[in-house]
Amino acid sequence: MSATTATVQRAGPAWAPRVFLRRLANGDAVAHLITLIFAAAVILITASLFYILWRDSALPRAAFGWNFLFTQTWDPVFEKFGALPFIYGTLMTSFLALLMAVPLGLGAAIFLAELAPARISDGLTFVIELLAAVPSVLYGLLGVFVVVPFVRTVVGPALENSFGVIPFFKGPGYGVSFLTAGLVLSIMIVPFIISVSREILMAVPVDQREAALSLGATRWESTWRVVVPYARSGIFGSIFLALARALGETMAVTMVIGNVPAISASILAPGYSIAAVIANEFTEATGDLYLQALVELGLVLFLLTFILNGMARLLILATTQKGTAHE
Amino acid sequence: MEISLKATASNQPPANSSREGVLAEPLAALLTRMKISRLNFFYSKKQALFDVNLEIAANRVTALIGPSGCGKSTLLRTMNRMYETLRNVRLEGEILLDNENLLALDVVQLRRRVGMVFQRPNPFPKSIFENVAFGLRINGYKGSLADSVEHSLKRAALWEEVKDQLHKSAYALSGGQQQRLCIARALAVDPEILLLDEPCSALDPVTTAKIEELMIELKKNYTIVIVTHNMQQAARVSDFTAFMLNGVCVEFNPTALLFTTPSDPRTESYITGRFG
Amino acid sequence: MRARLLWRKGLSWFMLSLTGFCALGSVLVLFFILGYLVVNGGRAINWAFFTQLPKPVGESGGGMANAIVGSGKLLLLASCIGVPIGFLGGVYLAEFGGRTFSFLVRYTTDLLNGVPSIVIGIFAYSLIVLPMKHFSALAGGFALGVMMIPITMRSTEEFLRAVPKPLREGAMALGASKWKTIQRVVIPAAFRGILTAVLLSLARVAGETAPLLFTAFGNRFWSDGWMHPIASLPVVVFTYAISPYDDWHRQAWAAGLVLLVLVLLTNVISRTVLSRGISVTRS
Repeated sequence: MSATTATVQRAGPAWAPRVFLRRLANGDAVAHLITLIFAAAVILITASLFYILWRDSALPRAAFGWNFLFTQTWDPVFEKFGALPFIYGTLMTSFLALLMAVPLGLGAAIFLAELAPARISDGLTFVIELLAAVPSVLYGLLGVFVVVPFVRTVVGPALENSFGVIPFFKGPGYGVSFLTAGLVLSIMIVPFIISVSREILMAVPVDQREAALSLGATRWESTWRVVVPYARSGIFGSIFLALARALGETMAVTMVIGNVPAISASILAPGYSIAAVIANEFTEATGDLYLQALVELGLVLFLLTFILNGMARLLILATTQKGTAHE
Repeated sequence: MEISLKATASNQPPANSSREGVLAEPLAALLTRMKISRLNFFYSKKQALFDVNLEIAANRVTALIGPSGCGKSTLLRTMNRMYETLRNVRLEGEILLDNENLLALDVVQLRRRVGMVFQRPNPFPKSIFENVAFGLRINGYKGSLADSVEHSLKRAALWEEVKDQLHKSAYALSGGQQQRLCIARALAVDPEILLLDEPCSALDPVTTAKIEELMIELKKNYTIVIVTHNMQQAARVSDFTAFMLNGVCVEFNPTALLFTTPSDPRTESYITGRFG
Repeated sequence: MRARLLWRKGLSWFMLSLTGFCALGSVLVLFFILGYLVVNGGRAINWAFFTQLPKPVGESGGGMANAIVGSGKLLLLASCIGVPIGFLGGVYLAEFGGRTFSFLVRYTTDLLNGVPSIVIGIFAYSLIVLPMKHFSALAGGFALGVMMIPITMRSTEEFLRAVPKPLREGAMALGASKWKTIQRVVIPAAFRGILTAVLLSLARVAGETAPLLFTAFGNRFWSDGWMHPIASLPVVVFTYAISPYDDWHRQAWAAGLVLLVLVLLTNVISRTVLSRGISVTRS
């Protein structure tokens, strides 16, 4: 409503009532108001989302305070709830995913933006964006039947035999592990990195490339030392966006991480993630404290992704001058 | 086009008047750095240059003038093969750089020898120092970067203005300073020929005058080719001028000659049309 | 100098080829997924899959008719929530919005788009399941509807903005009010784009599993009305995949194939046929 009155007032106080009546009669004011209400509904929904997560996690917040985030015991029987193993699992799998997905995605984006002819680039991008549309439960399905056996029989033993002395790669591997989850996640987030980074790279002015080439730079030098740095903050934005996806991803991780609430240094060991524990235990949670502890995990996840997404959007906004804010 | 010609027909007296009586230096007496013969250029099916012949004299300024769309920028971009960044283009004919086939040279090395400054200042989003040092770094320059950067900035007549803020972003400079920075950046890799693609079109008259002065200074050490749509500028700074129209090099003569006694009626009408 | 140049050119060639392999690899992943599902799912799929109910554990055969219908019902419900809010909100952003408030709405929409789907599930659980005291199609549809809003809204806005100015001015010049212009000229001109947006958002939520786990839950039988637990394809894929029975694994592949084909077809059709010549924003 405030926006409506503001427009009317701008028309001049003396005319305001008449302008308002005319706008009311021809439907402008009504349409404005109705669409405004629906637009505002988004803010209302997001706000109530936060409010409900906050309200319904009051018990564990009162019982454990900040310790919730820093203790390791997750024992529904004795009602001791510490979220550290899940937070660790979420961060670890996402980190592994980024480690694999960023070079791959950035490389592909460079190829699509800098090298490929427009038609090939558009075609490949189309396929890659379809990849982003594949439901996550299907990544989980393939994870269970393809990636898990692959890690158990090929990757795990190979890593253990070569680097087994380092705690990171200590076996034995069961197939379900941080690494498996990271691998599946990386495949899932690569399309996001590619399609956002490609667009950002393509927005880099041609004259930057020409300037570099005219100084005797090779194609790669022009790309890596001029174009990529120019697009740097936007690329970081795309990585944050992908990270937020990885942190919040539920199904694929639930199906391959092993669901063991333990903190292990080895990436071949099974673990658990925030989203996975909510998915597995929410319907079975008996007792208010147990249920609310799960809601509090949801709150943690919400805040994590909220902050990351917020930063990502601002970064992308800063490079492309479009994105969230038009005009 | 007509309108813009009229609009820029300024109230200044004809620039060539001061040059009357000046004996034009014949091209044949000079060392030729670059020789372009029977050059045809195509953007996919559309031909942009027709049988262009041109000789670029060492340590002189050669200007390419003509209405927009006449192919002067295209011609300039064949000289360092910058056209190769475009797809579906084709070039026929011969370009010699010091009697070597330019098209057979290694393009990375060629572009180091033939530097370019663009229409709009395009510094990298780095510090002033790093902008100038860029070409040196990628070429693995062994000497002192700081000395070389200082030297290039001095040559581009920018040193005095920026010497205390070398590590500030290049974007903090004014448009004219940015363009001189781009010139310094191009000079840093020590090119033999400098191509300038309407370097002053985005600048105000005072800054333009500075850059013109700079060009006259630079030709002692470099061979310069400049594309301009401003005939007064061509008359002021260049030794030779090529007038182009619809992809054809209509007339190529010493500047003094071309502006006083054009040999082609089309040149004459272009010049007089502009000068009223 | 010569050696350095060779090294630089070699590096350039090598790194650029590497980027080509990155792109190729990413694209091959899709074909791998598609191929694997077609092979495994194709083996398990038959007519009964589409027409019969699941058989009790231990009996082989049976189908997922209830899950297919269930997914349809959930999507219908989701559209009832997601489309009006998304569409009208998009109209507001494109046509009426001021500066600050619009920015706030856009920003919130983008953030809502990034909220993990499992968290949306908790939201629907607290808002609908808890008061009703049982799982229901309504709760599942609500969760999916919330997820549809951001995509629909932002795409609607983009497509409306893409309508050429002369078209609007023409209508305004004839004396049409702003709303009449939007209603009669702008929205029809952007209609195909908006339809694309709605289809794409439907395709996205059709594959969502996490928010359904504790809202729509699941059901091994037909579910009538909107107030009872209801089966859906993605949830079935999940529960069958992690089950210990081989027969269920086969069914999971079949359900996965059906889901993938539906989602990809919707994407391909809406991106190529419907929106030919207009750029589609990423979801």
